[in-house]
Amino acid sequence: MSNAFWIQLVGAIVAIACALPGVFLVLRRSAMISDAISHTVLFGIVVGFLVLDVDPTSPILILTAALSGLLTVWLIELLQNTKRLNSDAAIGLVFPILFSIAVILINTQIRNAHVDEDAVLLGHLIFAPVNRLVLLGINLPEGVWVMGGILLINLTFLVLFYKELKITTFDPGLAAALGISPALVHYSLMGMVSVTAVGAFDHVGAILVVALMVAPPATAYLLTNKLERMLVLSALFGAASAVAGYWVSNIFSVNVAGAMASMTGVFFILVLVFAPERGLLAQRLETAERRKRFAVEMLVVHLMAHEGQPDELEESSISHLSEQLRWQPEFAQQVVRRANRGNYINRQNGHLELTDNGRQLAQDAMRR
Amino acid sequence: MDLLKLFSLLFTDYTVRNVALGSAIVGAVSGTIGSFALLRKQSLMGDAMSHAALPGIALVFIITGLKTPVALFLGAFGAAWLGAILIIVITRYTRVKEDSSLGIVLAVFFGFGLVLLSWIQRNRGANQAGLDKFLFGRAAAIVEADVIVMAVIATITIILVALFWKEFKLLAFDVDFAASLGFPVRVLDVLLTTLIVMGIVVGLQVVGVVLMAALIVAPAAAARQWTDRLSTMVVISAGFGAFSGAVGALLSSLARGLSTGPIIVLTASAIAIFSLFFAPNRGLIWDWLRQRSNRNRLAQDRVMEALYIMASNHGDPTHPHGLENLAAVLPHYNVKATLEKLGERGLVSMRGKYWSLTDQGVQIVEELQNDTHAAGEGSMLEGKAST
Repeated sequence: MSNAFWIQLVGAIVAIACALPGVFLVLRRSAMISDAISHTVLFGIVVGFLVLDVDPTSPILILTAALSGLLTVWLIELLQNTKRLNSDAAIGLVFPILFSIAVILINTQIRNAHVDEDAVLLGHLIFAPVNRLVLLGINLPEGVWVMGGILLINLTFLVLFYKELKITTFDPGLAAALGISPALVHYSLMGMVSVTAVGAFDHVGAILVVALMVAPPATAYLLTNKLERMLVLSALFGAASAVAGYWVSNIFSVNVAGAMASMTGVFFILVLVFAPERGLLAQRLETAERRKRFAVEMLVVHLMAHEGQPDELEESSISHLSEQLRWQPEFAQQVVRRANRGNYINRQNGHLELTDNGRQLAQDAMRR
Repeated sequence: MDLLKLFSLLFTDYTVRNVALGSAIVGAVSGTIGSFALLRKQSLMGDAMSHAALPGIALVFIITGLKTPVALFLGAFGAAWLGAILIIVITRYTRVKEDSSLGIVLAVFFGFGLVLLSWIQRNRGANQAGLDKFLFGRAAAIVEADVIVMAVIATITIILVALFWKEFKLLAFDVDFAASLGFPVRVLDVLLTTLIVMGIVVGLQVVGVVLMAALIVAPAAAARQWTDRLSTMVVISAGFGAFSGAVGALLSSLARGLSTGPIIVLTASAIAIFSLFFAPNRGLIWDWLRQRSNRNRLAQDRVMEALYIMASNHGDPTHPHGLENLAAVLPHYNVKATLEKLGERGLVSMRGKYWSLTDQGVQIVEELQNDTHAAGEGSMLEGKAST
């Protein structure tokens, strides 16, 4: 298998593993927790490295890093519960403290190139095919093993606790009434976010973790109201961003992680503009459509009101409409054309005449 | 190194002076605008904006080839401003909530910035050195030219805040009210956001992308603890910010490896945490003390009441009872410690292993019972103690 294949595969696995917990973060309005956790991972690694005195590549550091993610969440909640700070201020206070301590510890205690803050932000996906690990007699890139394992953990967790996650996310009150502990589910979810962030940051860096956890779920959120569909779409958008990002980076010889993050943004913008119902374009068209439909109704009601009256001829002239209904002449023309097309009115040498169809529409509109 | 010597560095050492001065200015600006960001629940705006600035820096370099502070500032400002507007637009016109729009803008802009930086590295070679310093702040490299740029921007910020004081105040506390008074809320929103972006982009160069969030949040959160007035809060917050900047810069000059950005952030955070606990009125410690004394008070009342009711069954309100009997009636209280405290107040006395109310104690219980009856509540203990 080629390098290109492995980089795309690891990228796609990371993307899907991130998208699953990401969906719940986005729905619970705590997307920025992913930013906090993905940065304090560094704190866990540095402290674990210094306290346990292990090899910088030791898997124990994954555990300490995940624990520091949970510590971050716990501290944020502690601050929030004092009622002196709201949640985003609490996040903004906690993670820089832990990150600062980590940076100072690195600069003063560790003279080792393996742990540095550049790597945390940028990752090194480019080396994914090189670091290999043989497990069960199968030789695969380490990233495939690690991230595949984390993806499996996330999937298992999702399948086992799907109902609990769903209920606590959409209706915490109902969850409590059913005896599901929102706190337990919350911390399990945060544990999932932490483990995923730890595994992923080594390959793609903290920033891409945030991009992959937030952007694909938000993109999917614009397209559907169903949780199942949102999960599938998020995974698809994430994987597509990873693959597309790889090719962009390949063609222009630029940073892989950055290109993947950029692609999550491209997908988001595309959906934001072109989504069938909630897209900006669809919304704009819908508004214009509604405006015209309403104008046609106004026109037929106006015509009916003056039908058989002495001023009928004057009131039903096209030139009079723009004055009477305060329409721009151009808009008046459009409305007349549309009403004509819908067979609501007939044009009779400069005057407008209602058809039966039009009378019916006017009556319906008045009754509404 | 002793403190005096450290302070003398401020005047004798050119580098330390510039770094401390620059950091102090940045701290003051962040403190000022951070107050508004905090009150508007936009604390994480700082985090998103500082990340969003990166592609602007790279683009300016690609287009003009310039690396001067002013050019980089304008590039960073442009990109961060665009990011801020995008966040506002996404939040307002789609169902995506603010936290997600912050996250998307933060990560996508920053990712695009990385793409541009790597492109520069490949195509312009070593030229890009210095641009990536933006990521982690370059406080130690602040020179006089930087300080001048910072001072100018700080002055502009402060003048604008003063000019639009009333409008920003309304915006921070009650947007709907501001709109109903006929203020152009959206324009003001953009103006205030622009100011916040400006402050962030200046601070970014000192503490770096990741830690900028703290410089916006920490001084403001600390100041909020000390006052309920916006004007006082802004001044205190600016003061805390400036203090953190200067002290952080000085402390970091003490030893190798004490990076200036993180030390400034830890100084500001330490002030915030201290304020959280010890500020008058809003300090957590006073809450705890109040709760503890309320709990003690309640326990004492309950123990005396129980003693009184149990004793009344014997026709004598000072009839003694054993500790075990009392503890059985009041399972949720630390009866022994409470009795000892009551003894110190002279309201109960101990004979052998038995406790009884003193005359003074009886009087107080009777007053207490009259109060609760007057308030229309029966004693919680009545039923329990007499059975």
